[in-house]
Amino acid sequence: MKLQSVFLYSLLGITLVGTSCKPKGTSSAVTGGAAEKTYVPPGKYDELYNFVSGGFSGQMSVYGLPSGRLLRVIPVFSVDPEKGWGYSEETKPMLNTSHGFVPWDDLHHVELSQTNGEVNGKWVFGNANNTPRIARIDLKTFRTAEIIELPNSAGNHSSPYGTENTEYVVAGTRFSVPADGAGSDVPISSYKENFKGHISFISVDKETGKMDLSFQIRTPGVNFDLARCGKAKSHGWFFFSCYNTEQANTLLEVNASKNDKDFIMAVNWKKAEEYLKAGKGKKVPVKYAHNTYNETTHTATSEFKNEVIVLDAAELKDICYFIPCPKSPHGCDVNPTGEYIVGSGKLAALLPVFSFDKIQTAIAEKQFEGEYGGIPVIKYEAALHGEVQKPGLGPLHTEFDANGFAYTSFFVSSEVVKWNVKELKVVDRVPTYYSVGHLCVPGGNTRKPYGKYVIAYNKITKDRYLPTGPELSQSAQLFDISGDKMQLILDFPTIGEPHYAQAAPAELFTKNQYKIYKIEENKHPYVAKGEAETKAVREGNKVHIYLTTIRSHIAPDNIEGVKVGDEVYFHVTNLEQDWDIPHGFAIKGANNGELLIMPGETTTLKWIPEKTGIFPMYCTDFCSALHQEMQGYVRVSPAGSNVPLTASIGKNAADEKAQK
Amino acid sequence: MKRIVSFSFAAACLFALVVVSCKGGEDTNTSGTNGASQETPSANNSATSANTASYDPKRGEGKFDASNVKVAALDESMVTKGDAIFKTKCSACHKLTDEKLVGPGWKGVTGRKEPYWIMNFITNPDAMIDKDPELQAQLEICLVRMPNQNLTDDDARHILEFMRKNDGAK
Repeated sequence: MKLQSVFLYSLLGITLVGTSCKPKGTSSAVTGGAAEKTYVPPGKYDELYNFVSGGFSGQMSVYGLPSGRLLRVIPVFSVDPEKGWGYSEETKPMLNTSHGFVPWDDLHHVELSQTNGEVNGKWVFGNANNTPRIARIDLKTFRTAEIIELPNSAGNHSSPYGTENTEYVVAGTRFSVPADGAGSDVPISSYKENFKGHISFISVDKETGKMDLSFQIRTPGVNFDLARCGKAKSHGWFFFSCYNTEQANTLLEVNASKNDKDFIMAVNWKKAEEYLKAGKGKKVPVKYAHNTYNETTHTATSEFKNEVIVLDAAELKDICYFIPCPKSPHGCDVNPTGEYIVGSGKLAALLPVFSFDKIQTAIAEKQFEGEYGGIPVIKYEAALHGEVQKPGLGPLHTEFDANGFAYTSFFVSSEVVKWNVKELKVVDRVPTYYSVGHLCVPGGNTRKPYGKYVIAYNKITKDRYLPTGPELSQSAQLFDISGDKMQLILDFPTIGEPHYAQAAPAELFTKNQYKIYKIEENKHPYVAKGEAETKAVREGNKVHIYLTTIRSHIAPDNIEGVKVGDEVYFHVTNLEQDWDIPHGFAIKGANNGELLIMPGETTTLKWIPEKTGIFPMYCTDFCSALHQEMQGYVRVSPAGSNVPLTASIGKNAADEKAQK
Repeated sequence: MKRIVSFSFAAACLFALVVVSCKGGEDTNTSGTNGASQETPSANNSATSANTASYDPKRGEGKFDASNVKVAALDESMVTKGDAIFKTKCSACHKLTDEKLVGPGWKGVTGRKEPYWIMNFITNPDAMIDKDPELQAQLEICLVRMPNQNLTDDDARHILEFMRKNDGAK
């Protein structure tokens, strides 16, 4: 009986510590030790932070690994009424664009800032795919600090990939379009003639992180899908995958899949910098928004820029080179030494690996097979290190470990394949559940991968979790790659649709984080540094109320003299100076979100009362034993009423006035 | 407000502390060394079964003691600085009379407590609330743990001087 049960447990893969279990004939079963490898005991920290794009949610999520615990969802491109993002007066400017206020976007890729090709823990960047923008999230606060819009672009997909000292993050347009401006009203069928690609280079200040659209490179009209910087020996170069070299403008699934080979575009950005210095760029009139959040005023501002410098790759022949790549390449990934560039042709039955040295030789010896749109095309064989034959179906993305192996995702055959980069030999494969897109090896895009795990981000989960109606959560799967064989050890659901993600050791991010905003340094124009500074001020039909919150009261908590139609601004300062004590603020009937105010911060909720009556306001974030007492009342009188404006706490000032 | 804590009450508090812990020790986590990579996940520290044996209720716990806190004739420039800090960081919960608001009124506190106890408490409230019988009794009345308002050592000294002035020191 006992023996039988042990045998059964082994078969089920629920093994006891110290016993190992290898079921025969399937590599998909979760085998011994998985629970041990992913269990982070209560009160213990995870080993790694995992920054995961939210896809169509527009946000970025932060998970702990190996536990798969969700730690935070950072609002980036989509409004978030829970955190007041895009609802508070201070954050509304962050979502401004040349198209006005845009409350949603599609965040596909994340990029951690680097020094010497290694993660430095300062910032993480994200891209907006729909209305092209790049965001910078400050990892001192895990909040979005800056968003810059990209002119001349559409479907900003090959972004925000960075160089190895984050000199630049790049953004390539996936949908080529005519350049912005009056000349863009053209027939769609004139694609070949009028549609152009633009690759944006956004410089990043080493100290402050401040972004600037340094220049754009104009290219022939194709679709730029993904990108990676060169590193070490190939530092100074950038590689982009492109498809739709057919330049189709309708029914792309057929018409953009005809050519046997599309391209990897190699960009010599150091050369581009030289041309820029030499004044070879053309100043082009455009309009784009640049939004910055100021940490001392706790307020975002929008600035509109009207010009961008464009370098034309067809005129300046030695910036860009095309390398033929079978067939409609998606991922384009560079290994840790910077020597090998893997193009993942999503419709190809092989994986080509290009050599940086060979590309340099081919350029020097002019081994070209012609030009495409005025750009030299290097001979395929001249740039090729070799091909991985029959690796799987639908290759998409490749990440690397520190031991010379690559891990490629295969969407159609739903698997991760491990192969040896030098020898081009497949050494292991594991199924994913299901339809894997991006992969992440911690540090897998850097010079020094941390390795240990590969995480697969899946598009389809079907039967993996308890069902939740027609829409199911998408998922991530964690594999242990510390041995010869990849081992599935965890599934966890994700927010939105996970695309690319990056991960790195926790201590890179824990050491610089803020616990509070120092109230002494708060320069918000409507701050109240203490209850003595709380008040209500009328300016015409605008009423500014300076409030403070502390466990467990709002000051003032009795406000009278507000009238229907007034624009009321609640400027709420959180007086707490203690970690993890935000206060929330909400008022009945507001056509708005709530505020969630961090310790030492001031944020503002705009409210236009449309009815008379008594409107309670309260703290929404459970803060103390007397949280339920943390409330107040605003009296709204009819327009033209002569009830005086009063704001008080402890005694009702309106009553006192009446008695006098 | 003055409260005489009977011996049995204090003992009950101590006992309760052993059984109930309010707060995990926060320095036990060195990120990067997680449970998953350890052979035997070490038990989280049990500092909060408060090690009260070594706790000195006269001194409190923290940086300050009789050797590094000296009070003499009232220093008005310190009082002014203390007043400004009080307005921003303390006045929302404390009155200058003996009336309780969220926390107890400040009147008379410098007569009841040593200067270094006050400075320890306002710079290190969490550790002391976990261990000090009188603070435990106070918590039962106020039900809100005094927040750590991130005062610097100088801030704490200035607050002390402001409290002394409030209690009539010259």
